[in-house]
Amino acid sequence: MSEHFPALVIIVPLISAFLISATGWLNKRLCFPIAVFSLTVSLFASIGVLMMVLENGTVQYRLGGWAPPWGIEYRIDHLNSLVLVVISAVAVLNIVTTHKPVQQDFSGKEGPFYALYVLFVTGLSGIVVTGDAFNLYVLLEIASLTGYALIGLGKDRAALSSLNYLIMGTIGASFYLLGIGYIYLVTGSLNIADIANLLPDIYDSGVVLFAFIFCMIGLFIKMAFFPLHAWLPNAYSYAQSSAVSLIAPLTTKVMIYVMIRVTLYLFTPQFSFVFLNISKPMVWLSVLAIVMGSLFALSQKSLKKMLTYIIVAEVGYMVGGLWLGNRQGITGSILHIVNDAAMTLCLFLAAGNILYMLKSDSFEDMKGLFVKMPFTMAAFTAGALSIIGVPPFCGFFSKWYLISGGIAAGEFGFVGALIFSSLVNVVLFFRVIEIGYYEPFTNHPNAHQKDEETLFNEAPRDMLVPLLMAAILLLALGIFTGHIVTAIIQFAIPTGII
Amino acid sequence: MNEILTTIISKYNYWGFILLMMIGLYAMMVKKNLVKKIIGMNIFQTGIILFYVSIGVKKGATIPIISHGHGKEKHVIHAAEYINPLPHVLMLTAIVVSVATLGVALALAIKVYREYDTLEEDEINKKIRDQAK
Repeated sequence: MSEHFPALVIIVPLISAFLISATGWLNKRLCFPIAVFSLTVSLFASIGVLMMVLENGTVQYRLGGWAPPWGIEYRIDHLNSLVLVVISAVAVLNIVTTHKPVQQDFSGKEGPFYALYVLFVTGLSGIVVTGDAFNLYVLLEIASLTGYALIGLGKDRAALSSLNYLIMGTIGASFYLLGIGYIYLVTGSLNIADIANLLPDIYDSGVVLFAFIFCMIGLFIKMAFFPLHAWLPNAYSYAQSSAVSLIAPLTTKVMIYVMIRVTLYLFTPQFSFVFLNISKPMVWLSVLAIVMGSLFALSQKSLKKMLTYIIVAEVGYMVGGLWLGNRQGITGSILHIVNDAAMTLCLFLAAGNILYMLKSDSFEDMKGLFVKMPFTMAAFTAGALSIIGVPPFCGFFSKWYLISGGIAAGEFGFVGALIFSSLVNVVLFFRVIEIGYYEPFTNHPNAHQKDEETLFNEAPRDMLVPLLMAAILLLALGIFTGHIVTAIIQFAIPTGII
Repeated sequence: MNEILTTIISKYNYWGFILLMMIGLYAMMVKKNLVKKIIGMNIFQTGIILFYVSIGVKKGATIPIISHGHGKEKHVIHAAEYINPLPHVLMLTAIVVSVATLGVALALAIKVYREYDTLEEDEINKKIRDQAK
C-alpha cells in the first residue's frame, strides 16, 4: 500500500473530481463531503510520502512499470515532498471554509465548483511529483485551466480578468512547451534527471541557451514576476473569495517550485549559475519586482487588491533568493514557499471572512472591525505580522535566510529591497489595523446584520476554525523553522552549492 | 547570399512555425476583439504543435511500424528507417490541451458578452470606466 502513495496523491482526487461532477447532478449535498474526503486522503498520502523520503531518500514511482527515461516516473525528493504537503494541507484547510460561501455564491453549481477545486489540486500536486518535463506541462495546463474556470465563476469583471489571465497564461505555458521542445531536440529525452545528465556536453549550444530562455519566460509569466504580473491583481481580486483563497496561496508558489526544479535539477546549477552568469541581472529584476509590488500595494484602496500586489512582491523575494546562488539564499527561497503559502492562506481566509460578513472589503467599511469580528482580526493581525517579518512568526525566518544570503552574495540592493518591502508592509497592515481598531464602528448598508443592536458579529464557525488553525500554523512554522531546514530543506539543495 | 538562402530554405519548417507564432502573438497583442485574440492564441499554440511534429520527420523514413510482424523471421531494426513517433504522440496531448483552452476561453468570452453586450475591448473598457464614475 505505502509504495503506491505517490500515485494515490494524484489518483484519488482525480477520480473523485469526476465522481463529484456526476453526483452534482444527483445530490448536491454529497459534493462537499466527497471533496473533503478525497483531499484528506491525498493529504495523508502526501504526509506518508514525506515520511518515506525522510527515511529512505528519493522515492521513484514508475507509472505503468515503464523504466525511465522511456516511461513517465514520479520522482519525489526532499524538495517536492515538502511542497506536496504544503499543497494538500492548504487545500484541506481551505475547503472546510468554502462550505457556506459556496452555497451562497454558487447555489446550484456546487458540483462544478468542487470538481474544479479538486481537479485544480490534482494538477498542482501532479506538477510537483512528476519527474517528466512534458508531463509537467500537461499538469500545468490542467491546473491553469481549472484555475481560469474557478476565477471566471465570479461576478462582474471576473470573466474578463479571467480571460486576460487565460491569454497570458497560455502564452506562458506555450513558451515553456517550446523550451522543452528545444531540449528534446538536442537531448532526445524528456526525463528531468536524464536531461540533467545529458546536458553538460552541450552547455555551449545555442539551442540549450534558448531552451533556458523560453522556459524561464514562460515560468515568469505563470508566476507573475514583476514586468509580467499584469494578469494577477485583477484575476485574484474579482474572483470569489472561496476560490481565490485556494488559488492565491498555491499557484505562484508552485510555479516558483517549478523554477527551482528547472534551474537546479534540469539545467543544473553549473549551467544556470556558473555558465550563464546571469545571477546579477536576475537578482536586480527581483529587486525591481519587490519594490514595484510594494509601491503598487501602497496605492490600493481595498483589502484584496492590496494583498494581490503583496503576492507580486513576495514572488520577487523567492526569485531573488534562488538567483543569489548560495545555500542560504536558496534555503530562504524554499522556506519562503512554505511560509508564504501559509501566510497568504491566512490573510486571504481572513479577507474572505470579512467579505462574507461585510459584503465589502474597502478600507472605509472596515471601521471598528476588531469589536465586530475579534477572532478574524486577530488571525489577520498574525498574518500581517508574519508578512512584515516579526519573530516568532514564520515570515521572519525566511526573510532572515534571504537577507543573510544576500549579504553573503554581496547583493546589497536585494537586502535593501527586502528591508524596504518590510517597512512598506508595516505601513500597509498597520493602516488596516488602525482603521479596524481605532475608528468607530459604522454599519454598512448591505451588511449581514441580524440585529442592529449587536456589534459582535463573527464569521460562522466552519470559516473561523480553519482561519485560526492557519494563524497557529504561522506560529508553529516559525518555531519549528530550524527542524524544517535541518531535516528537509538542506537535503533539497544540490550538494555542489555552498 | 546564396548560403543564407539555402539555410533558410533547408529549415523551412522552422520558419513556418515562427511565422505562425508571430501571427498569433500579433493577433493577441494588437486585435481589440476578444474572439480574434482567442483565435490568435490558438494559432500561436498550433505553431508550436507544428514545430514538434516537424522535428520527428526524417528523410526517406517510413511510419514507425515494424514490418516483419508476428511469427515471421526477426531482422535488425534500423532506427534511421523510421520517423520518430514520440513528438507526434506528445502533440496529441498538446492538441487536447489547446482545444480545452480554446473551449474555456470561448466560454469566458460568452460570459463577458453577457456582462457587457460587446466583445470589443475598448468598448468594454469604456463601460467599466463609466461604471466606476
